[in-house]
Amino acid sequence: MNDIKLRVESLNVSFPNGKEMTRAVRGVSFALGKEKLAIVGESGSGKSTIGRSLLRLLPRKAIVSADRLEFDGSDILKASELEMRSIRGKRISMILQDPKFSLNPVMRIGDQIAEAYRAHARVGRKIAEEKALDMLEKVQIREPGKAYRLFPHEVSGGMGQRAMIAMMMIAEPEIIIADEPTSALDVSVREQVLEVLRELVDRSGMGLIFISHDLNLVRHFCDRVIVMYSGKILEEIEAKRLDEAKHPYTRGLLDSLPSLTHRRSSLPTLVRDPAWLA
Amino acid sequence: MKSKSISLTALMIRMARRLGVIALTIFGLLLLTFLIGRVMPIDPVLSVVGPDADRSTYDQVYKQMGLDRPLYVQFGIYVNDLLHGNLGKALLTGHPITEDIKRVFPATMELATVAILLGILVGVPLGVFAATRHGRLGDHVVRVLSLFGYSTPIFWFGLMGLLIFYAKLGWVGGAGRMDIAFDGLMKSKTGFVLIDAIAAGEWEIFFSALRHIVLPACILGLHSTAYISRMTRSFMLAQLSQEYILTARVKGLSERRVIWGHAFKNILVQLLTIIALIYGNLLEGAVLIETVFAWPGFGSYLTGGLLLGDMNAVMGCVLVIGLIFVALNLLADALYQVFDPRTKS
Amino acid sequence: MTNEIRDALAEGKKAASKGRSEARKAEWGKTAASILKNPLTVAGLAVIGFLLVVAAFAPLLATHNPNIQNLSEALRAPSKAHFFGTDEFGRDVYSRIVYGSRITLYIICLVTVIVGPIGLIVGTVSGYLGGIVDTIMMRITDIFISFPSLVLALAFVAALGPGLEHAVLAIALTSWPSIARLARAETLSLRKADYIVAVELQGASKARVIFRHIMPMCMSSVIVRLTMNMAGIILTAAGLGFLGLGALPPAPEWGAMISSGRRYMLESWWLVAVPGVAILLVSLAFNLFGDGLRDALDPRLE
Repeated sequence: MNDIKLRVESLNVSFPNGKEMTRAVRGVSFALGKEKLAIVGESGSGKSTIGRSLLRLLPRKAIVSADRLEFDGSDILKASELEMRSIRGKRISMILQDPKFSLNPVMRIGDQIAEAYRAHARVGRKIAEEKALDMLEKVQIREPGKAYRLFPHEVSGGMGQRAMIAMMMIAEPEIIIADEPTSALDVSVREQVLEVLRELVDRSGMGLIFISHDLNLVRHFCDRVIVMYSGKILEEIEAKRLDEAKHPYTRGLLDSLPSLTHRRSSLPTLVRDPAWLA
Repeated sequence: MKSKSISLTALMIRMARRLGVIALTIFGLLLLTFLIGRVMPIDPVLSVVGPDADRSTYDQVYKQMGLDRPLYVQFGIYVNDLLHGNLGKALLTGHPITEDIKRVFPATMELATVAILLGILVGVPLGVFAATRHGRLGDHVVRVLSLFGYSTPIFWFGLMGLLIFYAKLGWVGGAGRMDIAFDGLMKSKTGFVLIDAIAAGEWEIFFSALRHIVLPACILGLHSTAYISRMTRSFMLAQLSQEYILTARVKGLSERRVIWGHAFKNILVQLLTIIALIYGNLLEGAVLIETVFAWPGFGSYLTGGLLLGDMNAVMGCVLVIGLIFVALNLLADALYQVFDPRTKS
Repeated sequence: MTNEIRDALAEGKKAASKGRSEARKAEWGKTAASILKNPLTVAGLAVIGFLLVVAAFAPLLATHNPNIQNLSEALRAPSKAHFFGTDEFGRDVYSRIVYGSRITLYIICLVTVIVGPIGLIVGTVSGYLGGIVDTIMMRITDIFISFPSLVLALAFVAALGPGLEHAVLAIALTSWPSIARLARAETLSLRKADYIVAVELQGASKARVIFRHIMPMCMSSVIVRLTMNMAGIILTAAGLGFLGLGALPPAPEWGAMISSGRRYMLESWWLVAVPGVAILLVSLAFNLFGDGLRDALDPRLE
């Protein structure tokens, strides 16, 4: 692994919940280079929280601590809000899950993309619009001129998500986090969106953090996989070596996946070991 | 793209249905005011002829007023009169009520307009501020302030205001629209003293009018400011928890742009809608404020008619207010249709 | 049916209803606890309680007879003898305020008793029966709602003549539509609930479904809305009193006190200030309590 861009060491995120504390992320450590890293886990495993803490966009009451949270030499934990704003969008970006909710309903999607560009480049409207149109083409949206003027409720899920990708990549960030980018889409559209994502990431040499609950999806898409459970990392393994996974949780997930080649009379269900919660 | 003709027909059907509902509502309104005006213990004939009239005069006026006809015929006459703009004659002035209302209404409108401008200019930023400081001190302060705002009896607050700011401090003008010295000196073109004064270049009158409108407008605006700030706050809170706000922050936009360019833009339509409705409530508050400040507007006319027992004047005013309310409701709906892109498809 | 089976069934029924009432008690306990958590809500409740106490014990708390005039003592400033001073007839303002609380309480109770049941019944019946009944009822409420309440109340009082009962009736007539609307909205969503359908399938008559099943469910939101509206009702009543359309003199109605005190306001500020503060406090209390009640019973609204 070369050009390590991101170093996370012992990240802890907790949310006060009345008198108790919910520990969403517990002692998570990993590094990211010019690769596609998957963070896989079920709901509540803490995977989305990691993404948001990298951008310091957690709710106010969240308590974040880490031994090291470093991006390209800058300390994210200690950065000021102003510094973070210059990082967000420009250097680290995030694609959200459902374009029905993640796009501003009263703004045309082209304008939203152009806005992402103008946030970090002092250019006029015309230039930003052209860049946005260019970007719409890059995410394979036909008739970008027409699409520019549409509102989010007028576009399909796949198109909206591609607009989201355009928006988050237009400033050419070094790391992009994709938080369940295809989970809200029809299965038939997923491949298309993933294809767009793969092409853009590979072409620009960005680092990608792909957050998902779908192990099967990421094993073909990403280079490395991190398996999370209850806020902790249980296993870290290369995607192509996933079948050699050692942790019983990972094995349990893999074994419960149906396969066209190996037919089984019944699929085993995952047996949770309370020891994993420790 | 769906064919435009289908959506046009659908739109027209929707409009027709709405108009039907509104027509029905207005009809009900008329019926209500008619019934209130007729079914009451005060004898309308007596209030016209006086208690000393003899039998034949009484009968004559009785017939003249159409009171011997069956009720539904009377209603028909009533509606017919209305359609011709005839609300009857006022007891106080002897003029047709419609003329009187036309004369006094601009004074109230001027007051209500200044009041709502204040409500917007103060209430909206306060509401946005409170939403961005949710759960913290700033939020609590604004909430408590607006709570006091709409719990206060407006007429009492007006009196207190007069006592403190006029009698004790002399900062503002007293009762009436301007200093008595200026009364009648200026030709009233629009009925809006502030506009007329500027147009005529009469700066002394303008400032006098300004001094006189400040206090009643502020007091009248109190309820609307409190209400607007409360509604703005809750609209903003609802928006700030949405996903697209996170998207805006991920893009690295400044907090100001996130709040105003994204969240606030999404509540504009809702705000405009309630502002239209609040304007109607201001007309109601005007009734009390005008009594306190001797403001020669619609409210004073209404209460004047009330104290005299002039049912025609009272009912005429009530009807006018009802119609305005219906119109404002319509406006609020129309604003939604026009400005929310989601309703366009 | 044998005796054993009958006994067993009776046992089962008793246990079930005991379970239900315990569950209901637990629900109320939880609600009460969350209401009491918010200090502002408690403050509102305390003021309302205070009003009740003052009204109930008015004869004990007042220092003078509120109606006896004593012209030699007219327009005195607040002092130890007269906590809030005296009015133009020499009547003790403090005692008049104390007795005026009874009028306020009377208005609140009367309006609640009229508006609550009528709004609830009209709303649930029209929501449940639907069809033409619903349409007619809704158009009627539309008409009432399309008037600002003070103006409509003015119109009614103008027609009926001044007097406290007429004013209360007028206010009630302007307040019931919003309660009816609320009850109807609740009924519409409840109508589709499975347990309602179950009861219908068991052969319950329409009346039974409405009264025994739907109405209790609407009760809590109706109570909340009534409490929240009460502040506005108090202000409207005070406004009517101010215009001389409420309780007839010499009744110590707070709004009317402000109106008569207005003439002497410049020298005797207490005549206007004190009744207004009283109105403000009660209105504030209901707003605070109503807000807290709503937050406690329907937390997803915040």
